[in-house]
Amino acid sequence: MNAELPIRPGPARGQVRESRPHDSAIKQVTGRAFYTDDIVEPAGTLEAYVAQSTEAHARITRLDVAAVRTAPGVRAVLTAADVPGVNNVGPVLADDPIFAEGLVEYVGQSLFAVIADDVRAARAAARLAVVEYEPLPALITVEAALAAGSYVLPSVTMRRGDAATAIAGAPHRLAGRLEIGGQDHFYLEGQISLALPGEDGDVTVVCSTQHPSEVQHLVAHALHVPVAAVTVEVRRMGGGFGGKETQASLFAAIAAIGARVTGRPIKLRLDRDDDMVMTGKRHDFLATWDVGFDGEGRLHGLKAMLAARCGYSADLSAAICDRALFHLDNAYYIPAVEAVSHRCKTHTVSNTAFRGFGGPQGMMVIERILDDVARHLRLDPLEVRRRNLYGDAGRDVTPYGMTVEDNVMPQLIAELVESSGYQARREAVAAFNAANPILKKGLALTPVKFGISFTTTHLNQAGALIHLYQDGSVHLNHGGTEMGQGLFTKVAQVVATEFGIDVDHVKITATTTAKVPNTSATAASSGSDMNGKAAQAAAQTLKARLAEVAAAEFGCRPEDVAFADNRVSGGDRSLGFAEVVTKAYFARVSLSSTGYYRTPKIHFDKDSFTGRPFYYFAYGAAVAEVTIDTLTGEYRLDRADILHDCGASLNPAIDRGQVEGGFIQGMGWLTSEELVFDGRGRLRTHAPSTYKIPACGDVPAEFHVTLLRDNPNTEPTIHRSKAVGEPPLMLGISVFAALRDAVAATYDDPAALPALDAPATPERVLAAIAP
Amino acid sequence: MPTVTITVNGKAVTREVEARTLLVQFLREHLSLTGTHVGCDTSQCGACVVHVDGQAIKSCTTLAVQADGSAVTTIEGLADGQTLHPMQEAFREHHGLQCGFCTPGMIMTAVDFAKNNKNPTEAEIRQALEGNICRCTGYHNIVKAVAAGTAAMNG
Repeated sequence: MNAELPIRPGPARGQVRESRPHDSAIKQVTGRAFYTDDIVEPAGTLEAYVAQSTEAHARITRLDVAAVRTAPGVRAVLTAADVPGVNNVGPVLADDPIFAEGLVEYVGQSLFAVIADDVRAARAAARLAVVEYEPLPALITVEAALAAGSYVLPSVTMRRGDAATAIAGAPHRLAGRLEIGGQDHFYLEGQISLALPGEDGDVTVVCSTQHPSEVQHLVAHALHVPVAAVTVEVRRMGGGFGGKETQASLFAAIAAIGARVTGRPIKLRLDRDDDMVMTGKRHDFLATWDVGFDGEGRLHGLKAMLAARCGYSADLSAAICDRALFHLDNAYYIPAVEAVSHRCKTHTVSNTAFRGFGGPQGMMVIERILDDVARHLRLDPLEVRRRNLYGDAGRDVTPYGMTVEDNVMPQLIAELVESSGYQARREAVAAFNAANPILKKGLALTPVKFGISFTTTHLNQAGALIHLYQDGSVHLNHGGTEMGQGLFTKVAQVVATEFGIDVDHVKITATTTAKVPNTSATAASSGSDMNGKAAQAAAQTLKARLAEVAAAEFGCRPEDVAFADNRVSGGDRSLGFAEVVTKAYFARVSLSSTGYYRTPKIHFDKDSFTGRPFYYFAYGAAVAEVTIDTLTGEYRLDRADILHDCGASLNPAIDRGQVEGGFIQGMGWLTSEELVFDGRGRLRTHAPSTYKIPACGDVPAEFHVTLLRDNPNTEPTIHRSKAVGEPPLMLGISVFAALRDAVAATYDDPAALPALDAPATPERVLAAIAP
Repeated sequence: MPTVTITVNGKAVTREVEARTLLVQFLREHLSLTGTHVGCDTSQCGACVVHVDGQAIKSCTTLAVQADGSAVTTIEGLADGQTLHPMQEAFREHHGLQCGFCTPGMIMTAVDFAKNNKNPTEAEIRQALEGNICRCTGYHNIVKAVAAGTAAMNG
């Protein structure tokens, strides 16, 4: 019965710092990693389709679904009247109806759902509904919303010193304007939920979500049942990127309501076009500024306005727009700042979390400002960037009052300048441009300093649950979700390291609200920081119990018991790990423990917009070199060099993968990925045919990615590592800056400031080159 | 309803299907071979790539009846028992995946490519993978994996 795991001599495998492959790699390469749509459906499963508004802003004067109900294969039609509880899935404010009631506020808004034998029948039947509208004036763009004073939330100002006076007294002054486009997540696996009805009105929802607890809460409210009656589970997602933080709830709720109404399992899977139309995206921003600086390019004061297209509801826009303000400084000291953030309400889909969470837009603004300052002064933008970096006391406090304690940026940039051969290449680019009238090259180095923690302080908590079984195998569960980022692999390595056993003995299990409750979203790059610590705490509790058992056996003190090499040792004796676990069982010692972690030190006062919202910063920098064709606007990224700070990495291979993928995703955001809404608020780029994410050929042939060495986190994070999910995305800003550098080379006047908005599509590049 | 007979991963299967049944539906829904994924539904992302008579095709825009009488290989049919196909091993070894959703299609495209390109340049590999989208990795490790897998297949 007690089949002990084989003990292998030598060091345990899969400890922290090892470049282990992703835990699911073998399943993923053989097609045996199950995503939600791959789970064997229970008998009787029905499928759902969600009918959508075709108007951006209108009163619904008639919604007649009689013909839908009698269509072939249809089992039920769900409207607002069929919601047993609250007809809302708003994550912060109650402003996201499950089904529209009388009013629609964006094209793609959910009107009703059809439950049928299969989705094809459901989709066909949905067309039979009679929907009549009385159109209302629609605000589609940020500018229209600003002009109308239309906001989802009050505006917020971040202020330090007297910016107006500082600007007025500065030797130089520039004003500017930048449009920054949004971005579709384009996770390869679209939104999907499978709802399974249980007894007592319970429901289990298998859902592709980064936030199982929130889905659980919102489904419970929609069903009017206690939260404990709902279980949400996710083993893995086919990508998330923030798009499955709040956006999964609507579809989970509809599936759950369908399960309640029909008593059958309900699958709701969006096809790609519906997914792109119905779900929120990265906020597009409009920024304007007035900046004062000296002849060296040092900033004296900055007044800025950041307006975000939030869409029709608040979603997470408050925290996202706050984070844009928190990153308006990026890596730079700005003595006097007054920055206002407007959260514009438009009649478009409600924008949401996306890797970086507003930070990228804030950084784009300051990087453009420094680019302008440098060009105005005819200096190399890199030189101006370096002069403005955070420094020693007096230049080390952010506009929101947080001291930058571990500023590695000056050294990091110096290292990257050296390794990338920046100076020689700057000269080579100038020589190339002098010699070539048609093709022009551009080069740019941009830094990233990104704050790590949820800025909503209470979210910075995590839980884990570990069971030990008598054969020494370990069952690991925590509140984090796996979306490809390698979280499960890293946390398993943490646990394996605590017990000193091979990571293969740690069974990684699906995230479920039934095991670890009240979790935060796997977001804000915080997954391994928080869940790693929580799992470590659970493992340490169990280790202490095992040490007592082993100490009694060995005749030594518990604190002298060591866990390593798949063995437990003390004095001159040792036992296999599994043997000790078995002895603990017979000694009637509990072999199950929870673990809990809350991030220390952080606090923030929303009213004064000051505090320490971040536990620490992650740093990085990238050099991009591009070539543009001035006849067509087409371009290539020729080379990218990246140096990124992961602290003491838990798994260097996984972290490098995050850096590479984040950089390319950031490049896509600022170059080829263009969301086009027409005048009626219809998204015209709702499939990969028209919405272009980077393909394999867009990646530079020369792509050098290095992790910063010998830089453990100065804070006691999990094994002194640093979060890596979001920060590398903003390294892609270097590509945008390099494109502008190439565009600037078409002007005779070196002080020209070409107008180039993001995304810098070939059309925009062509329009921006010298007339 | 038409009847199709398709040899899937070496086993002949005969089923009655609606004429409009897509090959990917046939594989996923009729045969429970869920390793072949649907990412975009419109033959652009490549998550659904399988081999029909040895050639990589996108199964989300191929009808099952078009594959009648053919031999289809899916990601589940690539490994030899517990031994991974060299291309599968290369993707695992070189971290050529993150969320893994694009991986089956990526590997099936790469295997077809490697059969016909014994000693490709990196540029040729990139060109070959243009019809397979990955949102996670930035492709860097995928290209490395395909290079290694191609070498192993032809070694």
